Amino acid sequence: MTPGLEHYLVVSALLFCLGLLGVITRRNLLVMYMSLELMLNAANLALVSFSRFNNNLNGQILVFFIITVAAAEVSVGLALIVALYRKRQTAHVEDLTTMKL
Amino acid sequence: MSLPDILFYVFAALTLLCGVLVIANPFSRNPVTSAMFLVLTIISMAGLFVLLHAFFLAAVQILVYAGAVMVLFLFVIMLLDLKDEERRRIKKFSLIGGLVSVGSIVTIFVKSILAAQPGANLSAPMLEGETAALGKLLFTQYLLPFEVVSVLLLVAMVGVILLSKKDLK
Repeated sequence: MTPGLEHYLVVSALLFCLGLLGVITRRNLLVMYMSLELMLNAANLALVSFSRFNNNLNGQILVFFIITVAAAEVSVGLALIVALYRKRQTAHVEDLTTMKL
Repeated sequence: MSLPDILFYVFAALTLLCGVLVIANPFSRNPVTSAMFLVLTIISMAGLFVLLHAFFLAAVQILVYAGAVMVLFLFVIMLLDLKDEERRRIKKFSLIGGLVSVGSIVTIFVKSILAAQPGANLSAPMLEGETAALGKLLFTQYLLPFEVVSVLLLVAMVGVILLSKKDLK
């Protein structure tokens, strides 16, 4: 069966849900962050497939911007995690339950 | 079935398999293993992008994600020394709750996609995501967002330098 738009969308939806499952079940900050990246990538896949099957390049431009913003977001997030680890010596969300440092 | 069709199924299966191994690896709870499988997920996703004729984005995906972002992740994992992660267990309650809620969301997604048939009355794809067309669009219609995003990168860089100072006030 030739893969159409539906196939790509199903793959994207499954990948998004995998990322969601990772954020819900894993309690390590870094692994949760990787799951967030997985969800972002699923959205990218959906955008690229829509762009291809609608004969419109705007979706690919949006993916380009998403990748750029994701790179900035990852750098800031990881810097925050490192700063938090310096204060509290842990990267486990169940040890990080108070707002005050 | 032609070769691109077979390649779609191969890359899709690889993407999903490596995605599962990122979040729940039965053999190792080490974050480094998760990061490595995330690299594999991203590379097989770049394969899917090539199948969708988005060649430039496939290259950017590998360069930026599998290159820069994952190196950053690995650096931080090595910096943090997360030995006690392997002794922690996944809580049964969160596992069951997560599986139930995510399972229902998967059902909703897949059923609605299959019911809506979004690709049914579209013409055959003609689009080539070649770099020239993408660049032309980027520097004419999307010039302002392009510049804004470059400012955003600068802001992120300044923020990271500020955050990683030794005495954070």
